[in-house]
Amino acid sequence: MAILEVQHVSKSFGNTEVLKDISFSLEKGKVLSLIGSSGSGKTTLLRCLNFLEQPDGGVIRVNGETLFDADDPGTKQEGEIRKKRLHFGLVFQSFNLFPQYTALQNVMLAKELLEKEKPDYKSRKKEIHDQIEQEAKRLLDQMGLSDRINNYPHQLSGGQCQRVAIARALALSPDILCFDEPTSALDPELTGEVLRVIKELADEETTMVIVTHEMAFARDVSSQVIFMDDGRILESGTPEDVFGHPKEERTRQFLSRYTNG
Amino acid sequence: MTFSEQFPIVVGALNTGFLQTLKLFFVTLLGAIPLGLIISFGSMSRFRPLSYFTKIIVWIIRGTPLMIQLLIIYFMPGLMGRNIWGGGESGRFLAAAVAFIFNYSCYFSEIYRGGIQGVPKGQEEAGLVLGMTKSQIFFKIKLLQMIKRIVPPMSNEIITLVKDTSLSRIIALQEIIWAGQSFMKGNMGIAGVIWPLFFTAVYYLIFNGILTVLLGRLERKLEYFR
Repeated sequence: MAILEVQHVSKSFGNTEVLKDISFSLEKGKVLSLIGSSGSGKTTLLRCLNFLEQPDGGVIRVNGETLFDADDPGTKQEGEIRKKRLHFGLVFQSFNLFPQYTALQNVMLAKELLEKEKPDYKSRKKEIHDQIEQEAKRLLDQMGLSDRINNYPHQLSGGQCQRVAIARALALSPDILCFDEPTSALDPELTGEVLRVIKELADEETTMVIVTHEMAFARDVSSQVIFMDDGRILESGTPEDVFGHPKEERTRQFLSRYTNG
Repeated sequence: MTFSEQFPIVVGALNTGFLQTLKLFFVTLLGAIPLGLIISFGSMSRFRPLSYFTKIIVWIIRGTPLMIQLLIIYFMPGLMGRNIWGGGESGRFLAAAVAFIFNYSCYFSEIYRGGIQGVPKGQEEAGLVLGMTKSQIFFKIKLLQMIKRIVPPMSNEIITLVKDTSLSRIIALQEIIWAGQSFMKGNMGIAGVIWPLFFTAVYYLIFNGILTVLLGRLERKLEYFR
């Protein structure tokens, strides 16, 4: 069964339709890449999945549970949305690390706040804290940052910041990890280190949705590719289908800009 | 009376006056720091009439001299037949405190607004996708970043406030300027001397020196992040 099902999602800002009848599904452990030119709606789609925007129409299901249904007001309650967000993780283009916390604290903060809400937190405070810290250190180590855990974001390079941000998102063990152009704000020589850790996550069968302009990377890492244009899904399939044998003229046009230069 | 005989008498009177100056200073800070936050929320409100109303108030308060505001707040109620302040020094202090709190909270509100709007939107969004509540986001993420941004402009205003308290002389509040001036007209057997008035400057200078050091220390404390 698909871990993520998106059906007929639409979204407008004022009179501009940004998403038009978007439907797709994703299997557990697979990687979906969203490609397309700027303004085609990729980022908005990602923001809808993370409930940073509310779709005007459509249904979003995770593990068979309906998280959002435009026709069911019960799924739009503010208090519920917070819990639903935890099914998803989001890595931003501009990292958005918390500047006043160290790398380690950035990774630990949200998990600790969540644990604090549990009734047995007070009695097991120390034990829970140590557990979270250990897990955060393991994640940062996995990101190749074990010697950087006590650095503040301004002391880290862009690539290191983005890897902390990935560890921070993983700390809450989301079902689906989303990336919004994770390397677009990085110097070319720093994109490699970030793409490498995303590739490692893909090899460990982390379910991911990636918005990217790195075509070679998308082709390499994805099991499924969606090409978006003007708020629609114009073409989708395996990387081989979309990159190798694009059916639509618009897709060919878009891809040729990347291959030719 | 020789200068060395005058000096202890004058210092005693100036100390008493400066206590009143300090009282007005701290009461103003205590009132204006929170009230400024409320006013800044008003001016940032999405409810248009409220934000326009707040902005007009801020414009009037920042656009007119504090001295005039002191006079209006102190004398208007009496002129309209309702002396709400009561007589004497405590009445004058109450009126001065109201005028100062109101005036300074308008200035503070603009500083807060800059500090709040200066925190990037991405900070809130990062908190949201990590499952934090709005209040966790405010207290755990945004507040310290806001404080860091507002400390330098607030330091400026706070130092100006120390000196602005002297304006309350206009409604005869017995603060340090009033105390210094009293020796011109005659007080405690000393009359016709102006040096005590000049000497008040030393009090302001020393107190502002202490504040500058303390606020500078706070600013440096917050330099550990960017």
